[in-house]
Amino acid sequence: MRSNLMPVVGITVLALVVAACGETAPSQPAGSPGAEGGRLDLVRERGQLICGVNGALPGFSFLDQATNEMSGFDADFCRAVAAAVLGDPEAVEFRNLTTDTRGPAIQTGEVDVLIRNTTWTVARDTSWGLFAPTTFYDGQGVMVRAADGIASLEDLADATICVQTGTTTELNLADVFDARGIPFETETFSEIEQTYPAYDEGTCDAVTSDRSQLVATRTTLANPDDHVILDEVLSKEPLGPVAPLGDDQWFNVVKWVVFATFQAEESGITSSNVQDMVGSEDPVIARLLGGEGDLGLGLEADWVVDVISAVGNYGEIYDRNLGPGTPFELERGLNSLWTDGGLLYAPPYRS
Amino acid sequence: MTAAPGVDHRHASVPPWRDVRILRVVAQVAAVAAVAAALAWLGGNLVTAMSERGLAFGFGFLDNRAGFAIPDSPMPYEANDTYGQAYLVGLLNTLFVGVLGILLATVLGVVVGVARLSDNWLVKRVTGTYIEVMRNTPLLVQLFFLYFAVLLQLPPVADSIALPGSVYLSQRGLFLPAPQASPAFGPWVALVAMALALALLGRVTSARRKATGRRTPPWGRIGLAGALGAAVVGWFAFGAAPLTLQVPELGRFNFSGGMSMSTPFTAILIGLVIYTAAFIAEVVRGGIQSVRRGQVEAARALGLSEGDTLRLVVFPQALRIIVPPLTSQYLNLVKNSSLAIAVGYPDLFKVGVTMSNQTGQPVPVIVLIMGTYLAISLVTSLLMNAYNRRVQVLER
Repeated sequence: MRSNLMPVVGITVLALVVAACGETAPSQPAGSPGAEGGRLDLVRERGQLICGVNGALPGFSFLDQATNEMSGFDADFCRAVAAAVLGDPEAVEFRNLTTDTRGPAIQTGEVDVLIRNTTWTVARDTSWGLFAPTTFYDGQGVMVRAADGIASLEDLADATICVQTGTTTELNLADVFDARGIPFETETFSEIEQTYPAYDEGTCDAVTSDRSQLVATRTTLANPDDHVILDEVLSKEPLGPVAPLGDDQWFNVVKWVVFATFQAEESGITSSNVQDMVGSEDPVIARLLGGEGDLGLGLEADWVVDVISAVGNYGEIYDRNLGPGTPFELERGLNSLWTDGGLLYAPPYRS
Repeated sequence: MTAAPGVDHRHASVPPWRDVRILRVVAQVAAVAAVAAALAWLGGNLVTAMSERGLAFGFGFLDNRAGFAIPDSPMPYEANDTYGQAYLVGLLNTLFVGVLGILLATVLGVVVGVARLSDNWLVKRVTGTYIEVMRNTPLLVQLFFLYFAVLLQLPPVADSIALPGSVYLSQRGLFLPAPQASPAFGPWVALVAMALALALLGRVTSARRKATGRRTPPWGRIGLAGALGAAVVGWFAFGAAPLTLQVPELGRFNFSGGMSMSTPFTAILIGLVIYTAAFIAEVVRGGIQSVRRGQVEAARALGLSEGDTLRLVVFPQALRIIVPPLTSQYLNLVKNSSLAIAVGYPDLFKVGVTMSNQTGQPVPVIVLIMGTYLAISLVTSLLMNAYNRRVQVLER
């Protein structure tokens, strides 16, 4: 063993020394964005946006069996970014990521943008990537079997709770239950496809996640009507797109694509009337639709027209994927425009 | 390094670029340089990539509050503890599964390996089928099958299967009564320990008697009798029994009290054991078949029974062949235990993945995990190599 190990150790040490000395030398790996030649150029060159999504969460991003396409609220925001940058909402390569792989994927820049029902926290904002405006204000909820007669968190004393690892949910669960002195057990999984079947089979008495996720996945359980979501909300879960750290231009693009969908709804611009609105009398609408050219994002002047024609304004995206007429029928609630008492508020799109 | 041409007169006329001795050295230096350069490139890449993204390489986060709960913790752990303690929980779980898995897989593997050579047609076929199925399907698939298709299909906890002796089996796991120490436990243990110490002394004196031929009192027997006596008398003498059985009781959601084997733990343990045992069985079969037929015939001629032949003649010789490949099976088992993540058992890898996720520090965490598995594997091989030296024939 010794004779086998020594050369390996020697070479490793040698390599580390060389690496430490030659820190100036190493070249950029292909495809990774340097400080110059940012991600906006990289995406344009590639002709495709690589968007990290969940891929297994109905309503947000999942493979639609009928159309065989990635469908959902998050998926539509991927298309919105692609439409803004490339003028083509279908120029998206969706990458399915688990809770374990999403962090490294955005940290290393494997994906151009992460739109995977990801909660904005200070640690993620500094170590994962920059969070664009929240697209979905959510809160953590708990789903239980109706037959168990559970009304509050206190009723869950000594219960086993299924939760996904590597989520804020996992941390909030411990915070809230410990703070209230409620003893509990967890059963943790790294994928949605393991968590909910395990709960459905009966290994857990409850499952906790973002309320929207509970509503969405309830439809996939064997008997959706046998399960209820408790009224209590355990935490704030602002979900939004994430752009890689250290590229301000690209971050601004992602940020303003989201704002554009807010502003379009506020100004009454929809996918059906956007073409007529171009050159509107209203200066706010005219500017938004490119009347004053590019205001510094480095995109085509009429990029908002491309976005809205492709996916519609925020209200359209929401209603199409989560609103009435979908199996989820989620109320807009906090996800209404500020003019309707919600939290969606876009800064002025002007010079 | 530089073999000077001309020193060896037979090769004096060979130019350096055709001198085999020089070419060999040059080739080796080039190979080392190439490997070192590749590693340096990778390392440098990592360093620049991390500094570009403002990620520091360090283990300071191990002292931070972890904030997540871990089921199946073998030591007291709660969400308020540090990442360092979470890592320890994972390490202990891995070692626990590893050690238990190795023991059980060895027993099962030896039995199956011997049975595979049986003259009984049925036994031979059944074990043969078992080995082929287990060796030729992926472990991950087997684990999923075991977890979702077998263990989760057990009745829910409210309708647990009640086995005799307050043992309950459900999809949540196996719940057993646990011995519980009462205040009388300490004195009782002291009494038994004293008697056992006497018995140990007995062994020493009897060894001396054998060596010197001097007569000594039979301390060993006195000690053993004392130990048994102390255990029996002590059990009743202290008023309360030193050990009581705590029976699991069904609460609102789950059993409490007693011992339990959770479903994830059962899944990974059984999965690893039956998978690795199939490989061990083949190793054992190979070892046994390597013992020359004459040895068995000689043992029979001496009138040894079938069992004694195996135990005294075949196995000691087979072990020499068995132990080295057995070591790699042990290493495989420990490394395969990282698949516990698939069934939700918080072993080293699963806790590590959660840590890397919650800290946003994947590189240090992965380095830590790799270093730990490497250390476990090296210690395992060290022990097995020591054992191997013991069973090898001393060449004379």
